[in-house]
Amino acid sequence: MTFVAKPRVHHPKLPLNEIGLTRRDYEGTVSTLCAGCGHDSVSAAIVQACAELSLPPHRFAKISGIGCSSKTPSYFLSKSHGFNSVHGRMPSVATGANLANRDLYCIGVSGDGDSASIGLGQFAHIVRRRINMLYIVDNNGTYGLTKGQFSATNDKGSTSKKGAPNLYEPIDLVSMALQIGASFVARSFSGDKSQLVPLIKAGLMHQGFAFIDVISPCVAFNNHNGSTKSYEYIRGHSENVVLADYQPAHEEITADYEPGTTEDVNMPDGSILRLSKLDDAFDPHNRVSALNYVQSRQEEGEVVTGLLYVDPDASDCHEILETVSQPLNELNEQELCPGNDALAAINESFR
Amino acid sequence: MTVSYNDFVVRFANVNGSGSASANGMFAKALFRMGVPVSTRNIFPSNIQGLPTWFEVRVSERGYLGRREGVDIMVAMNAETYAEDVADVNPGGYLLYDSSKPLAEELRRADIQEIGIPLASLLLPEFSDIKQRSLFKNVTYLGALAALLNIEFDVITGMVSTQYRGKDALIGPNIRALEIGRRYAEDYLQSPLPMQVKRTDQLADRIMIDGNTAGALGALYGGATVCAWYPITPSTSVAEAFEKYANQLRVDADTGQRKFAIVQAEDELSAIGIVIGAAWNGARSFTATSGPGISLMTEFLGLAYFAEIPAVLFDIQRAGPSTGMPTRTQQSDLLSAAYASHGDTRHVLLLPSTPKECFDFAATALDLADRLQTPVLIMSDLELGMNDNLSEPLVWDDARSYDRGKVLDAETLDTLPRFGRYLDVDGDGIGYRTYPGTHPEKGAFFTRGTSRDEYAAYTESPEVYEHNMQRLLRKWETAARLVPAAEVADRGQRAGILYFGTSALPMREALDLLETEGIHLDTIRIRAFPFGEEVVEFINHHDLIFVVEQNRDAQMKTLLVTELEINPAKLVSVLYYGGLSISADTIQEQVSEYFTANKLPRLTEVKS
Repeated sequence: MTFVAKPRVHHPKLPLNEIGLTRRDYEGTVSTLCAGCGHDSVSAAIVQACAELSLPPHRFAKISGIGCSSKTPSYFLSKSHGFNSVHGRMPSVATGANLANRDLYCIGVSGDGDSASIGLGQFAHIVRRRINMLYIVDNNGTYGLTKGQFSATNDKGSTSKKGAPNLYEPIDLVSMALQIGASFVARSFSGDKSQLVPLIKAGLMHQGFAFIDVISPCVAFNNHNGSTKSYEYIRGHSENVVLADYQPAHEEITADYEPGTTEDVNMPDGSILRLSKLDDAFDPHNRVSALNYVQSRQEEGEVVTGLLYVDPDASDCHEILETVSQPLNELNEQELCPGNDALAAINESFR
Repeated sequence: MTVSYNDFVVRFANVNGSGSASANGMFAKALFRMGVPVSTRNIFPSNIQGLPTWFEVRVSERGYLGRREGVDIMVAMNAETYAEDVADVNPGGYLLYDSSKPLAEELRRADIQEIGIPLASLLLPEFSDIKQRSLFKNVTYLGALAALLNIEFDVITGMVSTQYRGKDALIGPNIRALEIGRRYAEDYLQSPLPMQVKRTDQLADRIMIDGNTAGALGALYGGATVCAWYPITPSTSVAEAFEKYANQLRVDADTGQRKFAIVQAEDELSAIGIVIGAAWNGARSFTATSGPGISLMTEFLGLAYFAEIPAVLFDIQRAGPSTGMPTRTQQSDLLSAAYASHGDTRHVLLLPSTPKECFDFAATALDLADRLQTPVLIMSDLELGMNDNLSEPLVWDDARSYDRGKVLDAETLDTLPRFGRYLDVDGDGIGYRTYPGTHPEKGAFFTRGTSRDEYAAYTESPEVYEHNMQRLLRKWETAARLVPAAEVADRGQRAGILYFGTSALPMREALDLLETEGIHLDTIRIRAFPFGEEVVEFINHHDLIFVVEQNRDAQMKTLLVTELEINPAKLVSVLYYGGLSISADTIQEQVSEYFTANKLPRLTEVKS
């Protein structure tokens, strides 16, 4: 961690976004994670994505479970409310928060211990419920706060810092999310900002459940030779399938793209998610082929990153439940209480 | 022959899944509509089809609504339980059975009267369909009982017409089956029996409703918008009733959209997590569960206590531990609910005794949870929750507004120099909170289960931690002043009796029985935890207090002794935990035995 406090005063030449804020307005408190922790890069990517999208920084609900990853909501968007809840239970708290106020952007940050072990059930079920949120797993394959035990996403045969091999098969949250019906599934690497920031933007603007598994090396316990979640291993074994770029609705798309086919995905708010296909065989609208591709590359020791699946027309939980457009937490007595006359009629039905 | 009116217990012994519930329910409802006080008890297995089930109806002109030992009329329709059913009949009582086959000799009792009705034979020529014949058997014994007990027949036929409205084809055959039973009883049996029903006007405007439905209505009227739950007997009908009435009363007329969200969660952990997440974000929310669910929710309850987030839970208690007897009633979650979670935690409990209190306390719980920023648990039980109980009608004051507690809006935040989430500004231990998204610059804070200072910043300072825990105790003292006060009847006796929840049902009868033995007790009905000042006073005013509860380990006594630092010897437990609801006889026997064993004086005044 760093002990240097951030200055409160902004540099006068920091660029302003469309709502007149600088990137500093999207930051949080100073991180207490280890220097070089991948999680801090994820937090920085969230700050950059929210600032570039010009979203009001107080209109977020940031929710997490327990673990190193779950401490990070302190380190971005300090103008919004955060909730560091219970180990493995972020999905349920996020579900409640989203049901109460559908107008807030909801970001859930979890870890591999939080989502793939103690909270695997909650992870599966929030995918099914299609809560409109961005769910990020900072995936480092290890329990950092308790000093280096294997997590359930760690690859079989990968070794711990002391050299002991992991004996069990890994759980791949991306494959699970695809299988259970997430409408936006991506994987990225904390060290690849150019890929991660557009994915976070697209995930935030996706109307429905957006999941990003971010391989985020643990410099303290899982960044050595033999670890399959180290910076070096991931850089050498990742394959980028789909480059995504996100353009807000009112902005003309002029970005120069790398050679190859591009595809624009119309988002519900009228904005456009531009996908760049590097591999013609890959179709980010086909859940089954995405799942096959991820798993077949995994067999070959490759970690597929990029946007793997998106369904821009998917419905979210509020649409499924047919709730009113006004946030439920704004409804008052007049809107909620049927009154004593209705109760008298109910009494009569029990006579 | 002397005839008694409106004073008997009838028990129907059936096989579950045989369609008996609707006929038996109509029997009870018919008496209710004749103005006669009735209470019903469904004694059912944890099973869908094929196991024994009993439905007991207590009829009492004096309005005794608790369970009474012994059965006066047994309607024995289950061959499997025949022997025990016959054995349960009080001497001089009646056994109604299907005499299509002769009664086995070893099952006969000389001291009871047999009423044989050849139900199967009577229905054979009437209904060709075997399934119909089996279903209408229930309706036919209902028709016979109408004649035997002198129940107004048109009350029953009227009910059949209402029940099958829209399925008119069923009305004719049902009334035909009723007629067959009635005619047989009139033609071949001594009808009516000397044990009869007579129209009376005991009930005024009362309703007959189960506590779970009433509680769900309370949550609806109290403004709950998020309900998250996981199915578990005997609490499931709370969520189901909330959904039913919300779909009727909470749908926007123009858009058809719902002003509520109900999530059947993947487990109880998730259910309470959803409730806490919604309440943190400013929506009133609740869950309903039973003992095993409370166990699963405890980690989250500790978080809500420490992070100070409102949450409302219905605990419809059943017999534990573990799966225990899932379809039997108990008051055995008191301790696990009161102190749920690790660390120093205490939770507010509300203890309803009637469906009306389930309704009132549900709305009160939503107010209290917001005011105190803490979980509030409504401790009902299967007896109250799942059985139709006589109740005062439900009433809502249209002028009532929701108490959302101390919540700051954007305008107020603008006037504050600095917002401190956990600052005790008012000295009542309760800080001010903000909903997420309220203000662009002010009022945001980080909620956590770890220690923090008054401005919600993380700290491990021993002084700050203890300061915060002391403030939570001040809040607890505030809670004791806000929760529903105990109901006290103090007539200056030396001994008192303390009870709560469904032990109230048999209490009046138990006290009447004890008075005939010269034992006069003052009473206190506890309605909430923490205990108010009136509870301390009552205990101090009496030499001896019987504490009535439906669990093995005297959990209420433990709470009283621990929280109020009372000499345990002063509190004498009256316990019942067999899974049926406590009866007046049980209370009378245990109190009376204590008086005898300890040679306590009885007042044997002769009433003039």
